[in-house]
Amino acid sequence: MSTSDSASTSTEIERYPYDVVVIGAGGSGLRAAIEARARGLRTAIISKSLFGKAHTVMAEGGAAAAMGNVNPNDNWMVHFRDTMRGGKFLNNPRMAELHAKEAPDRVWELEAYGAIFDRTPEGKISQRNFGGHEYPRLAHVGDRTGLEMIRTLQQQVVALQQADSYEFDDPEARIKVFAETTITRLVKDESGRIAGAFGYVRDTGRFVLFEAPAVVLATGGIGRTFKVTSNSWEYSGDGHALALLAGASLMNMEFVQFHPTGMVWPPSVRGLLVTESVRGDGGVLRNSEGKRFMFNYVPDVFRAQYAETEEEADRWYTDPDHNRRPPELLPRDEVARSINAEVKAGRGTPHGGVFLDIASRRPAEYILKRLPSMYHQFKELADVDITKEPMEIGPTCHYVMGGVEVDPDTAAASVPGLFAAGEVSGGMHGSNRLGGNSLSDLLVFGKRAGDGAADYLESLGGAKPAVSAADLDAAVAEALAPFSRTDGENPYTVHSELQQTMHDLVGIIRREQEVRDALAALEKFKERAANVAVPGERAYNPGWHYAQDLRNMLLVAECVAMAALERTESRGGHTREDHPAMDPEWRKVNLILTLDGDKIDMVHQPLPAMRQDLLELFDVSELKKYMTAEELTGLTAPAAPAAPAASAAPAASESKEGH
Amino acid sequence: MGYKAALKVWRGDAGSGALADYEVEVNEGEVVLDVLHRLQATQASDLAIRWNCKAGKCGSCSMEINGMPRLGCMTRMSTFSPEETLTITPMRTFPVIRDLVTDVSFNYAKARAIPSFTPDPAIKPGEFRMQQEDVERSQEFRKCIECFLCQNTCHAIRDHEDNETAFSGPRFLMRVAELEMHPADEADRRNIAQDDFGLGLCNITKCCTEVCPEHIKITDNAIIPMKERVAGRRFDPLVWLGSKISRRPEPAGTPAVPGKR
Repeated sequence: MSTSDSASTSTEIERYPYDVVVIGAGGSGLRAAIEARARGLRTAIISKSLFGKAHTVMAEGGAAAAMGNVNPNDNWMVHFRDTMRGGKFLNNPRMAELHAKEAPDRVWELEAYGAIFDRTPEGKISQRNFGGHEYPRLAHVGDRTGLEMIRTLQQQVVALQQADSYEFDDPEARIKVFAETTITRLVKDESGRIAGAFGYVRDTGRFVLFEAPAVVLATGGIGRTFKVTSNSWEYSGDGHALALLAGASLMNMEFVQFHPTGMVWPPSVRGLLVTESVRGDGGVLRNSEGKRFMFNYVPDVFRAQYAETEEEADRWYTDPDHNRRPPELLPRDEVARSINAEVKAGRGTPHGGVFLDIASRRPAEYILKRLPSMYHQFKELADVDITKEPMEIGPTCHYVMGGVEVDPDTAAASVPGLFAAGEVSGGMHGSNRLGGNSLSDLLVFGKRAGDGAADYLESLGGAKPAVSAADLDAAVAEALAPFSRTDGENPYTVHSELQQTMHDLVGIIRREQEVRDALAALEKFKERAANVAVPGERAYNPGWHYAQDLRNMLLVAECVAMAALERTESRGGHTREDHPAMDPEWRKVNLILTLDGDKIDMVHQPLPAMRQDLLELFDVSELKKYMTAEELTGLTAPAAPAAPAASAAPAASESKEGH
Repeated sequence: MGYKAALKVWRGDAGSGALADYEVEVNEGEVVLDVLHRLQATQASDLAIRWNCKAGKCGSCSMEINGMPRLGCMTRMSTFSPEETLTITPMRTFPVIRDLVTDVSFNYAKARAIPSFTPDPAIKPGEFRMQQEDVERSQEFRKCIECFLCQNTCHAIRDHEDNETAFSGPRFLMRVAELEMHPADEADRRNIAQDDFGLGLCNITKCCTEVCPEHIKITDNAIIPMKERVAGRRFDPLVWLGSKISRRPEPAGTPAVPGKR
């Protein structure tokens, strides 16, 4: 019935010429668009959802920026060190450097746009503690920082539109939001440069083509590929897949962050995020025996920085200069694996998690003030009063460190005219992201992507790459295909089985045979996905939308599984039970994935070397834990004069001086 | 634990539509949105629902459940008895696109009419100094997730389509209040709040506050204080006299309303 409907088969395309098209309206997309517009470019923002609903709203804890408002010892070098440690030194060092240096300016800029952060007694932006950050560093608004950020950037876009309204009597003269619009293909010109982006408008189902020489991918992550996730439906790896399909490369897709604290009960909210701020503000993890088990899981590389007794850990909250951090605030990968191990050892809660307890440690009034949305979330969804009872929590798929390979300074991908910023890009966070480094990443590299796109346009000198007609025809045919099948499978079924497979076989702990099984299963899913059918019309038809997203999720899942099989070590967000150790040889390797026809190619590529001045920010004894002897040969006389026996030094100097 | 719930779900588009009957499985701890997703996955793959985070943080899944404006993701099935038939309809105030999805562009147009944050241009980024107690009033309003349930329920819009031009609705009157109470904002939106955004049309029945999923006291903390500020300015005899003598159309610091002709 629907297949003969002219509305379903219409191949008509609305065309919109722009200078820059930003795909994604979360933190990095909006920041990129604001910058491109500031550079005088006509900019389109494409949003899969309504304006202001992007996944950034779900970020809770804060934006990490070494402003030094709470502890004046903080600076970009300390932040850089923490970021590299958190990523187990697999980070692109230039990205980590730019991020640490520029994050304060980007946060202050938000304040000038109208953001209202929580304050210190001196009236500055308050900063909170978070896992892996040596000093209180996260600018925050209670536990709804992401909402504040998205609303601020949204309102800044509106402010720019109002300026155009005053000047041109047209608010959309230079910046326009295309809400509920999905891009399914990037299109190029004959020479392989970006020429635009093709997709559909959700409410009508009509096709659109944005003709633009520069496209910024800001599409976020891939969490919907996994069953238990804190991510919204939008996180189907769209940007990762669009980049691959356009000929760009992805890197380090094996590194998927499982946030240690997701809700585990009731089943319908399993995976929903419980902010790390609960731990930053005093919450602790306990097993079914009531023990604070994290003391048993401090790895050697972090031993010098974390407390060994509950007493020392508890003193740290009020006297961080003379005590070491509680092990509950280890980087997320460490905490998630430890929870997994406790549950596996039979010390889990009734619903298969562990306890996160702040009720017995902080007054109800403090909890309500610091964690209002957590209180609300548990009260309304689980009937748990977190001021009175512990929460039950467990790991949940939260973030992908891997992503589009980009130039650190310009955010340019390998395809001319293509840029990527935020979660969809790779390199910045190495093998594991620190909490709070995402919101700041969005701002720093969102701005850089906007600048990068503007510089690229200048280099084109007015030339407009022309969309190849063949590309466009293929994109239309691909989008319409699910309507032409009448007896195919429902996309929801394939998706839910894919999520289960990734959860079971390529989840938090990986084994060679299981990953091989996953790759075999993915081949079957691909065949099934090629045959899904959707009934109904094109106007706001979620079945049809799912069918499009499925292609992206399958591509991304295959990249994750291939890289997970290849990397025979454990590091950050990639844990191989059969290769449990971190291997310095693997630290030198990025796994690069590209698409060749239907096949994904993977190559080993050397990690960019860290500049000497950045290396010298670390003590050689620490670098030795990560790097090969050969890499350290030039560093026999380190600038840092700290005693080699750093771990034996008193706690006081530990937290103050360089490591 | 599971049971089958009887659902009446509105299906249709801008042209026409009707309630359709379904029976859908319900499991422990589920919310209305879970049940609608199951309906979508098993019986009605083209059922249009708008949703994003399923965590009460994005404000996308606004709908009317048994006539009450609610978020689908924050309405637990356990608040209804298993025998009860649930009637699920789109927000009534906004035009239907399809099924439970409505055209909420009215709200974005209203947002664009309110003159934005206007700080002292001499203050550079990083130099703002504000006390916590001074920012808390505006922070309460910035908890808003823009679900537009208040806009949907406010009878000044819901029952009076003719007010759509003159009235911005509770969400955006609250935005005006937020900016007016922002310690670093220097514009004066009191006159335009009354003249352009329809502050006077609100007769403080507090329906907006009742449906707010973020429990923001929209009426008490945003709208009533704004009404007082406007009254204070307009009925101050000196201000009144000044406006008569100088014949200035607006007091100093009142920004132009973008898009106003």
